[in-house]
Amino acid sequence: MTEPIVSYKDVHKSFGDTEVLTGIDLDIKPAEKVAVIGPSGSGKTTIIRMLMTLEQPTSGSIIVDGKNLWHMEKNGELVPANEKHLRQVRGDIGMVFQHFNLFPHMSILENCMTAPVHVQKVSKNEAKERAVEMLEKVGLGDKLDNYPNQLSGGQKQRVAMARALVMRPKIMLFDEVTSALDPELVGEVLEVIRDIAKEGEMAMVLVTHEMEFARDIADRVLFLDNGVIAEEGPPADVLENSTNERLQSFLHRFRS
Amino acid sequence: MQGIGITIKVLIGSIILGYLMAFIAGFSRLSRNPILKYLTVFYVEIFRGTSLIVQLFWLYYAMPILFGIDIGSDYWAGVLAIALNYGAYMSEIVRGSILSVAKGQKEAATALNMSRFQQMRLVIFPQAVRMMLPEFGNYLIQMLKATSLVSLIGMTDILYYGDILRSNNLSQAPTVYLLVLVFYFIMALPLIGMTKRMEKASKKGVASQ
Amino acid sequence: MNNWKWDVFFEAFPIVAAGLGITLGLTIATYLFALLFGFVWTFINRIPLKPVKWLLTWIMEFIRSTPPLVQLFFIFYAWPMVPVVGFALDPFTSAIIGLGIHFSTYIGEVYRSGIEAVDNGQWEAARALNFSTRQKWTKIILPQAIPPTIPMLGNYLIIMFKEIPLASTIGVAGILNLANSYGAANFRYLEALTIVALLFLVLSYPSAILINKLERRMNRRFIKGEPTGSKPVEKEKGAVSQQ
Repeated sequence: MTEPIVSYKDVHKSFGDTEVLTGIDLDIKPAEKVAVIGPSGSGKTTIIRMLMTLEQPTSGSIIVDGKNLWHMEKNGELVPANEKHLRQVRGDIGMVFQHFNLFPHMSILENCMTAPVHVQKVSKNEAKERAVEMLEKVGLGDKLDNYPNQLSGGQKQRVAMARALVMRPKIMLFDEVTSALDPELVGEVLEVIRDIAKEGEMAMVLVTHEMEFARDIADRVLFLDNGVIAEEGPPADVLENSTNERLQSFLHRFRS
Repeated sequence: MQGIGITIKVLIGSIILGYLMAFIAGFSRLSRNPILKYLTVFYVEIFRGTSLIVQLFWLYYAMPILFGIDIGSDYWAGVLAIALNYGAYMSEIVRGSILSVAKGQKEAATALNMSRFQQMRLVIFPQAVRMMLPEFGNYLIQMLKATSLVSLIGMTDILYYGDILRSNNLSQAPTVYLLVLVFYFIMALPLIGMTKRMEKASKKGVASQ
Repeated sequence: MNNWKWDVFFEAFPIVAAGLGITLGLTIATYLFALLFGFVWTFINRIPLKPVKWLLTWIMEFIRSTPPLVQLFFIFYAWPMVPVVGFALDPFTSAIIGLGIHFSTYIGEVYRSGIEAVDNGQWEAARALNFSTRQKWTKIILPQAIPPTIPMLGNYLIIMFKEIPLASTIGVAGILNLANSYGAANFRYLEALTIVALLFLVLSYPSAILINKLERRMNRRFIKGEPTGSKPVEKEKGAVSQQ
């Protein structure tokens, strides 16, 4: 039994008076591919946003690679993490967003170079090599000097993936990465994710509405409902053989 | 015509100090230090709530009495008044632009593990500056117009010489003031051109909400 | 700080505050003048003749980018000397005209942006319904063009209020003028000028908050609310912006 690379322990999250997550316990193994599905507002995005340190859990803890993400030890006591601690722990995590969030004032190449250079202190030459290699891998080797607003949505999302991948994360988070795309552009993005998944060494958490895709690449599917993980297991079990009524009615909407 | 040198000197001093104030105050208002923040709010509201001409007179006549310190020269009284006044207005532009950079940009920077300072320097600020440009350009012309006030505290700028010429020969007044206006307009032309260029530059590369 | 004298402050206060009526009166009069004169610019701008438009653009740019103080001096000192058409104006009237014309160029831009923000479909609908030109403007276009510009026009009222003390330089006896006279007569500028600053602050700050509220209400109604055929009014170019 391998140690989990990410581990949620009784994590709660409220926004104001509404409690979005009411106790999440979840272990993710290294290289495991986890798909998170569920109705909108079920808190599936919040789960990965807390891991990326974009939202702070209201209570509970998240352990990343043996280190407590939101708490640090000080004089033998656990205190809320400061920025330095957060940066240390989240260094192994990368994320791709629904709305791409490319940096519009930088070229495609610069988008992929800036973090390795400034955050990881990699030399400019090496950062460029890495970035070019990664952009070629996602099929955009000919767009290096273009700016984000010159690209289609699908191309933007592929740049966003390259930008995250050049950091060589151990854990990649995908937040509904195809939801903002025109239907005909979804395929090219899923194709890239599939390729990344095949390489295998990264853990991946995908929040998605693409059920077919989830079945294809995930080792495990989580169904999130009413702030808890209502159902989990191998894709076939969850997506086909579950007896959970809410899950079935949720899936039904996607089939029709 | 004499006096143009003084006008330009006041203008350049005001522009440099004014933009500096704008950035200092704009960032201070976003600071998490409450003392710094509210001090800045106080400064901005005082200077936006009263007239430039009143501020100028206050700095020139009243301030030396109150604190027993002389600002040193009418040049600095003039530049300080214009810079503090327009700095207060422009600080709101600085603050507004930084706040209106889309939230996703900061999140993407966080996801790339940038420090808070790196997020500001590499991602937020470069985009915010582009948003500030058009308004900053407009304020160049406002500041040029404001320099005419320094003649009221005895500085020998264009308008001052215009007034002297007029009082020497009353019937020449129309020619004199028309000339003064034309001189200001000629000085404004490059600023107008610059504003247009700044507007164009700002259209590129911004993700705003 | 021991140079501050409260007795001087209290002695000077009524003397300076006596100019408040003039200052406020001049503000209102100048504002109304600018509102009316703004229409003139907008009207001329709609004449479909290239040279007229070109000339107008330059004249407006000229007025806008030269100091209102010099324009004020021109009206007060120079206008009476202009051959044939010139005649003497008292300081109060000079201020209304000088400052009014300066700010009317900004107001005209506000009107223009308001009219341009009315959706194209509205013009077409007015034509399709066979309205007369007059009806088209009074019934369709203006009712939609004017309300969204109200907060901006309000902003200009506050901005102009703060420019009104320029009139003290040609002898209009507003608060700044009286404070300067008091200062010169008693060698006590500190208290008198501080009173002026306080009066401005007390009057303009609450108005600014009020306008802000109005703006937010308008935005809700005209931008985020139900489609009304109005696009959001773009902030006009070259604005002396308050926000």
